Amino acid sequence: MWRIGTVVAVHDETATARTITLQVPDWPGHLAGQHVDVRLVAADGYSAVRSYSVASAPNLERRVEITVERLPDGEVSPYLTQQVAVGDGLELRGPLGGWFVWRNEQTEPIQLIAGGSGLVPLMAMIRSRAASGSSAPFRLLYSVREPGAVFYRDELRKRSENDPSLTLTYAYTRTTPKDWPRPPGRIDASLVANAAWPSKLVPTCYVCGPTPFVESAAGFLSACGNSSDKIRTERFGPTGGRK
Amino acid sequence: MGTISRGFFGRRTAADAKLPPGQYLTNDFPVLSAGPTPRVPLEEWQFTINEGTEVLRRWDWKSFRKLPAEAITVDIHCVTRWSKLGTHWEGVSLDMMFADVKTDASHALVHSYGGYTTNLPLEDLMDKQAWIAFRFDDDDLAPEHGGPARLLVPHLYLWKSAKWVRGITLMDEGHPGFWETLGYHNYGDPWREQRYQGD
Repeated sequence: MWRIGTVVAVHDETATARTITLQVPDWPGHLAGQHVDVRLVAADGYSAVRSYSVASAPNLERRVEITVERLPDGEVSPYLTQQVAVGDGLELRGPLGGWFVWRNEQTEPIQLIAGGSGLVPLMAMIRSRAASGSSAPFRLLYSVREPGAVFYRDELRKRSENDPSLTLTYAYTRTTPKDWPRPPGRIDASLVANAAWPSKLVPTCYVCGPTPFVESAAGFLSACGNSSDKIRTERFGPTGGRK
Repeated sequence: MGTISRGFFGRRTAADAKLPPGQYLTNDFPVLSAGPTPRVPLEEWQFTINEGTEVLRRWDWKSFRKLPAEAITVDIHCVTRWSKLGTHWEGVSLDMMFADVKTDASHALVHSYGGYTTNLPLEDLMDKQAWIAFRFDDDDLAPEHGGPARLLVPHLYLWKSAKWVRGITLMDEGHPGFWETLGYHNYGDPWREQRYQGD
């Protein structure tokens, strides 16, 4: 069933990513980590649908936020990041997905690993944890191209400053901030081993990002001794190299 | 519903006519998996057809690869809305693998290395509709796409084409698998757009 959401706010996260806040009167509620399908309909009835992770924590206001990264050849993302305005209606379906979710009754340590816009569903978990007053210890390892590509930068900083059980580690792949200790590069085994919870604490791990990123991050977590059934993944985009 | 997205025109291609409803065409091969990619050494690989504890047929990699294989060219459709047309595979048909199996079962639960499961009616695995595929585009099937071997049931959404398969359990009734338990449709016909429960 398709619901109608009204755009009540838009906010540019980076030069290429925008957060859209929708008011959805009949929204049934969601869990952190779930996604929605968004459908755009042209005047002649042609439609296109894409899935986006929900960025907002579950809330009583029936608001759903998505953060959309504009893809150079995208059909839907350019519209959502450049054309949508406050007051527009958008069709959406959901919430969808019951596996890549964090529930606030989970008390075990949580390891989040994000690659680029893969941060979005993990941000919903961080926000949900705060909104529910959970004291589950969270660590986020966030791999991002450059400082200007960081999503939710100020919010993440404030949340971690005010909360010793939320720890952030940034890893930059192309350009680092000035005087950053680690040279730019992809995440590797030693970074994951140092930044992630020790496997003996039996954390639940959530990894989201482009396919090659998730393949390697999940592999490093396994190599550190985390068992496969404790590593939940969400991948997007093609595999690297071959078609 | 009739909400028009003001100023949205979309990108139509000639190939859209061949696509099931709500799908878009991709030339990439995206990956959807719920956890880490299992690495299954060929010398440890096994595949069984079983009725729970009773094993009806069992192959190791060598005996499996001695079965007659065929080239397969099919369109594939993922519930996450991408479709890929004319994909080339090599695999063994399940007709071949079930040739000596006598069963009254009506349903199958497919098991994978890594713990994944998916269910489907047994008849959807028969009559040249399903294969255990081990090559894609003239290469050994990559682990992230399900290698060493995956089920290929192209007439259903791709989550039914379980990666890293290790066996099929025959049953008298449908028993929901991994995604089917988590809100996805029990059958998953892309042409009827059976994505989620209730579709």
